[in-house]
Amino acid sequence: MDQVTVTINGTQVSVPRGTTILDAAKKIGINIPTLCYCPDVGCGVPNKPASCRICLVEATGIRPRPILAPACATPIERDGIVVSTNSTRALKARRTVLELLLSDHPKACLVCTKNQECELQKLAAEFGISEIEYQGESNRFPIDESSNAIMRDLSKCIMCRRCETVCNKVQTVGALTGYGRGFSAKVGTASMVPLADTSCTFCGQCVNACPVGAISGISYVKKVWSALNDPSKTVIVQTAPAVRVAIGQEFGFEPGKPVTKKLVAGLRALGFNKVFDTNFSADLTIMEEANELVNRIKENKNLPILTSCCPGWINFIEHNFPDLLHIPSSCKSPQQMFGAIAKSYYAEKIGVKPADLIVVSIMPCQAKKYEAARPEFEHDGVRDVDYIITTRELCKMFREAGINLGNMPDDEYDSPLGESTGAADIFGVTGGVLEAALRTAYFFINGKNLDGDAINFRAVRGLSGVKEAKVEVAPGMIINVAAASGLGNARKVLEMVRKDPKRFQAIEIMACPGGCINGGGQPFIHGQTDQLLKRMQGLYSEDERKTLRMSHENPDIKKLYDEYLGSYGSEKAHHLLHTNYHQK
Amino acid sequence: MCGKKLSEGAAAKFAELDAFIDGLGIDLEDARRRGRLIQILHRAQDIFGYLPREVQAHVAKKLLLPESAVSGVVSFYNYFTTTPKGKYCINVCLGTACYVKGSEKVLSEIERVLGVKADTVPTADGLFSISALRCVGACGLAPVMVINGKVYGKVTPAKAVEIVNEYKKLG
Repeated sequence: MDQVTVTINGTQVSVPRGTTILDAAKKIGINIPTLCYCPDVGCGVPNKPASCRICLVEATGIRPRPILAPACATPIERDGIVVSTNSTRALKARRTVLELLLSDHPKACLVCTKNQECELQKLAAEFGISEIEYQGESNRFPIDESSNAIMRDLSKCIMCRRCETVCNKVQTVGALTGYGRGFSAKVGTASMVPLADTSCTFCGQCVNACPVGAISGISYVKKVWSALNDPSKTVIVQTAPAVRVAIGQEFGFEPGKPVTKKLVAGLRALGFNKVFDTNFSADLTIMEEANELVNRIKENKNLPILTSCCPGWINFIEHNFPDLLHIPSSCKSPQQMFGAIAKSYYAEKIGVKPADLIVVSIMPCQAKKYEAARPEFEHDGVRDVDYIITTRELCKMFREAGINLGNMPDDEYDSPLGESTGAADIFGVTGGVLEAALRTAYFFINGKNLDGDAINFRAVRGLSGVKEAKVEVAPGMIINVAAASGLGNARKVLEMVRKDPKRFQAIEIMACPGGCINGGGQPFIHGQTDQLLKRMQGLYSEDERKTLRMSHENPDIKKLYDEYLGSYGSEKAHHLLHTNYHQK
Repeated sequence: MCGKKLSEGAAAKFAELDAFIDGLGIDLEDARRRGRLIQILHRAQDIFGYLPREVQAHVAKKLLLPESAVSGVVSFYNYFTTTPKGKYCINVCLGTACYVKGSEKVLSEIERVLGVKADTVPTADGLFSISALRCVGACGLAPVMVINGKVYGKVTPAKAVEIVNEYKKLG
């Protein structure tokens, strides 16, 4: 490729023509501060509106005179350009930019949800800001807590527009837009209506993208503390698959390292009466969903079947594809199946009234908060799942309680809702639910298990946005499957289905790019997508570690059907484990 | 263009807007269709008098765009308004030439007489709304006032009130 040479802070570096100053500097280990710029807000889409100007550097050789140029958006187009990232002029300009940003920011860091994780706060510390020279008008907006999942505090918005990029370009949800102009401009919704009245799916990718505390999750932490300290309640907890490979990094473990047993010990130390696993109900989901898949293939009806574990994705199809609402699996998500079984089967088993049994979910997700509050998931005034705590919020609870996962002993999930197979672990990564369903569907069709390595459906693994494969579910019987992650990719696949309904027979869809490992409630990765790869590897290693790797082999699931539900797809199973969808 | 309420013959107005949009022959699979928004919103505001949420949502649906995309454009341009206007829209130019010739006094006198501020709500009787604008390109006539497209030049505060009273008589 065509190379050009640039001098940055006295060091020459050769880069492909058109490389930005920021990337060239990175190549030789020179760090230039950034704020609005994010290399990857999802699916490889960068955010670089060059609007914040915090990356200003002084460049000679672009114009006749030395200029201040935004490093993130200034390409090196010719030889001989000389850049100084730390000249007096550059330093002064960057400081002015930061002080102006701070002059219109609440500076209430001590009581901000983003305290110690805020990129603006970090810059202020790095720049050694001790006073703000500019005192003037500042924007104040009411806080939007209209939804039960996502909160927006626009007074803190710095107009980096990362949320707008991820909402529109990656997820194609289109709930957010730049609104107004000039000083009072902010990222808003259509006509500035509350978020709950928009097409928002609550995927939470905007929460992950926000560098400051302008968008965050609605917190149920206080309610969980109250429940844990209420002696009249039995409080049980379930942990989603993707949590175990993400939470460790917050306590000094390698990113992606599964810390399942420490997580169990930590939750027990918080005071939960029983520590159970969403993996258990993931296995249960597979029993029902694989049964549904096999039946639909046999009857050649309502195909392709779409997975229904992901509440962000369900919101998306309800908003955008009302004509296709007959094809998602009618299975509730594992979270809701857990809640339904806990408040019926388990409550009966331990002799506790459902109203006195509190179910808490630890989820990588914001949309799960919305899902748990859907009217369908309440019986006789009792919610199937009471409170959702995200991975990030759990980290805060652990810290508040003085629990360091690194120091916890190994512990095991409780019985009977804690046992799971490897098929359940991989629910947390794109392609995993499909793979898990195929393993059991094969058994249902052929009456025997997949042999040896055939259990690994590698064609549907990996982090690419859309994966297509042909799968032999019985000798000579091949079906076309796909797995999509990221709602923009979901839209592409659904448009394929609209055009050619026969193209696929089974499709897995996850709202977040990469699946739940990249959920809207996971520890921030700040655009470092290699961490997702590690979380993915962590989940596959959990799967391989287990002797039982197919959902139908889970002994406690067998017991649940024998003792309570009857057979797969029975009337009781339908009543407890299935749901339906509505146009929004 | 001014003084129309959404409820009055809304169906016919939407039909008129649809006919206009259909006439543009926009390819709904072309990402550049967003570029036609301003043109459509201008016409929509001509028809409805303002751009309430229902109209924005209608345009969005028609172009297969998110409602937020339409709302973002409407909120950006001063020309577009999301609140109803009076029957007569009084625009006072505050461009440089008009300003130095005393248009600010004209504006504040009209505001005083009518009892409403510029760029807020119409008068209680629904007859007038006041806006301040920048340069209508008639600097030779400064200071300039425009009522429903008709230009009045070399106005003084007293003259302006006279003109407004004429419209009041028309009702």
